[in-house]
Amino acid sequence: MQSAVSIKDLKIAYGDHTVIEKMSIDIAPREFLVLLGPSGCGKSTLLNAIAGLQDITGGEIWISGKNVTWDEPKDRGIGMVFQSYALYPRMSVRKNLSFGLRVAGLPKAEIEARVARTAALLHLDKLLDRRPAELSGGQRQRVAIGRALVREVDVFLFDEPLSNLDAKLRNELRVEIKKLHQSLGNTMIYVTHDQIEALTLADRIAIMRDGVIQQLASPAEIYHRPANLFVAGFIGAPAMNFIEGRIDRSNGSPVFLCNGLAVDLSGYSFQAAAAEGPATLGFRPEHLVLDGAAGGLPSISSRVSVVEPMGSDAVLWFDWAGQSLSLRLMGDVTLQSGDALAPGLDITKASLFGADGSRL
Amino acid sequence: MARTHPNGPRPTHMTAGRIGLYAFLVIAALFFLLPLYAMIVTSLKTMDEIRLGRIFALPETLDISAWITAWSGACMGTVCVGIRTGFWNSFAITVPSVALSVFIGAVNGYALSLWRPRGASVLFGLLMAGGLIPYQIFLYPMVRAMANIDLYNSLAGIILVHVIFGLPLVTLLFRNYFVSVPEELCKAARVDGAGFWRIFFEIMLPMAVPMIVVVSMLQFTGIWNDFLLGLVFAGRDNLPMTVQLNNIVNTTMGERTYNVNMAATILTAIVPLAIYFLSGRWFVRGIAAGAVKG
Ligand SMILES: Nc1ncnc2c1ncn2[C@@H]1O[C@H](COP(=O)(O)OP(=O)(O)OP(=O)(O)O)[C@@H](O)[C@H]1O
Ligand SMILES: [Mg+2]
Repeated sequence: MQSAVSIKDLKIAYGDHTVIEKMSIDIAPREFLVLLGPSGCGKSTLLNAIAGLQDITGGEIWISGKNVTWDEPKDRGIGMVFQSYALYPRMSVRKNLSFGLRVAGLPKAEIEARVARTAALLHLDKLLDRRPAELSGGQRQRVAIGRALVREVDVFLFDEPLSNLDAKLRNELRVEIKKLHQSLGNTMIYVTHDQIEALTLADRIAIMRDGVIQQLASPAEIYHRPANLFVAGFIGAPAMNFIEGRIDRSNGSPVFLCNGLAVDLSGYSFQAAAAEGPATLGFRPEHLVLDGAAGGLPSISSRVSVVEPMGSDAVLWFDWAGQSLSLRLMGDVTLQSGDALAPGLDITKASLFGADGSRL
Repeated sequence: MARTHPNGPRPTHMTAGRIGLYAFLVIAALFFLLPLYAMIVTSLKTMDEIRLGRIFALPETLDISAWITAWSGACMGTVCVGIRTGFWNSFAITVPSVALSVFIGAVNGYALSLWRPRGASVLFGLLMAGGLIPYQIFLYPMVRAMANIDLYNSLAGIILVHVIFGLPLVTLLFRNYFVSVPEELCKAARVDGAGFWRIFFEIMLPMAVPMIVVVSMLQFTGIWNDFLLGLVFAGRDNLPMTVQLNNIVNTTMGERTYNVNMAATILTAIVPLAIYFLSGRWFVRGIAAGAVKG
């Protein structure tokens, strides 16, 4: 099937400073792709390049089967939503929505129909005659989204559209965006550094670091089988626990050894045959079982240092081998700081990383 | 009595410092208003009354004949038609000069804020330096250049000179204003398909209205008050009001008519004064406009 957006060997540099080096991605029609990464890793640069707002140094960009590498933004069949809303301040909401259509010279009736349709979709009907300054943050962002939708194109680019909003509004608009995508069925490329947004919205997430994609996979895959230490540490809150040790196979089957703890790795699905050597074991807070011994799991004994109740669940922190580890429990917790605990480790859900940081 | 329980708006206290501050402000204001007051009362007196020498005294009878003479009968050399031709000349010079310099400066500032080619800052610095060099240095070369293109001693010539000399400052002000406009606004407009001029006219200019007002006022007062350029470049038929005022004041045949001189001076100053009075609000807003984004 033809890709909606296809990036081939893309390279972007500002002078001598290379931001993106040889990147290739294929995005399927109707896919919701989220670009996730720390600040400064090149997400906006990539999005601007797809939109045609950023000069590229090498490579090709294809949208809907057409090579648009040298095309103007307006000819690429994209709509874009910016982090700062970027609404035209002296125009009413109606004028903001219709600006692109007027520039394109569409007939008046068509413009009115499209604006009305978009306004209805985004509940902007009552706000059409207001100026951006007279809108709340959430309303402004909806207008910005509307300005992209009204173009009725195949590909939408969102650059951190929700990051200027407060938490409650974010959650609301996140759901609206998801519904919107489900009803419109357009291709979306969505930049964020909020991992909740990424995990909830995406069909696939591309985790970026310094202009390089670290892993491109479904949210579940990224969460449960991170491709390297960076991805593992970046996704999840509280972050994944890491303990450093080594893999030993002197008894035949591989065992992870650390600080007197021996974890049998026979239940772990290795990417390739397990080799001996230094390794890092990563496990998420919810993959520790409070009563480890009962389940026959290798257990870590320590004392609770801090309890963080979060309503539906709680996070227990404890120190072990000189580092702070966390454990997530559902429901209410009776344990208090200072209580002894010996949580067990479910190795089938853990991740192992080699000395170079990539998944074993 | 116990200490008052804080409640509602905080009471304002007249402290000694505050009284001193207001007193200083009032005195300073009076100090600057005094010459204006003296001019107005003198212009309304008869020459007999002026000869008494009490310049701050109110006129005994209101006599507006000096104003009429100043407007339509005062003599410059041997011609006695008053200052009104200068008044209209000044308008003919100032209005097109302001409109052109503000428009071209806005386009320049927009372009400079948008595209930053290598060496843009050098270019910009040069432009500023151009604005700081005293006019006198340019006078002779400018006269030659104007003569060469047949614009010396003409209305078009003096307008061109004002536009050229006004551009550096106007460009600077607009550039600084447009630089503060978020970059994403331009990007959004480009995605919507707008080009350079469309973005300029439909998005940038409407945002820059306060700036346009301020710059227009600055240019208007500057050009209206100009003496040197008008004297050199305008030619006899287009002399601005300032030059004619000087001619009236310096024409001495017999006694100096102070009342007429004062009236002519006030007439010359009244236009910029009126502009500041009527648009002070806009002026303040425009000065603060650098911080305004929406
Ligand atoms: N105009 C520019 N000139 C030089 N370097 C730039 C320019 N714009 C961005 N960069 C650099 O490019 C890199 C990527 O920037 P980009 O804006 O794409 O980051 P980002 O991933 O969007 O970050 P954020 O999450 O903070 O928005 C950064 O290291 C930044 O310093
Ligand atoms: Mg960014």
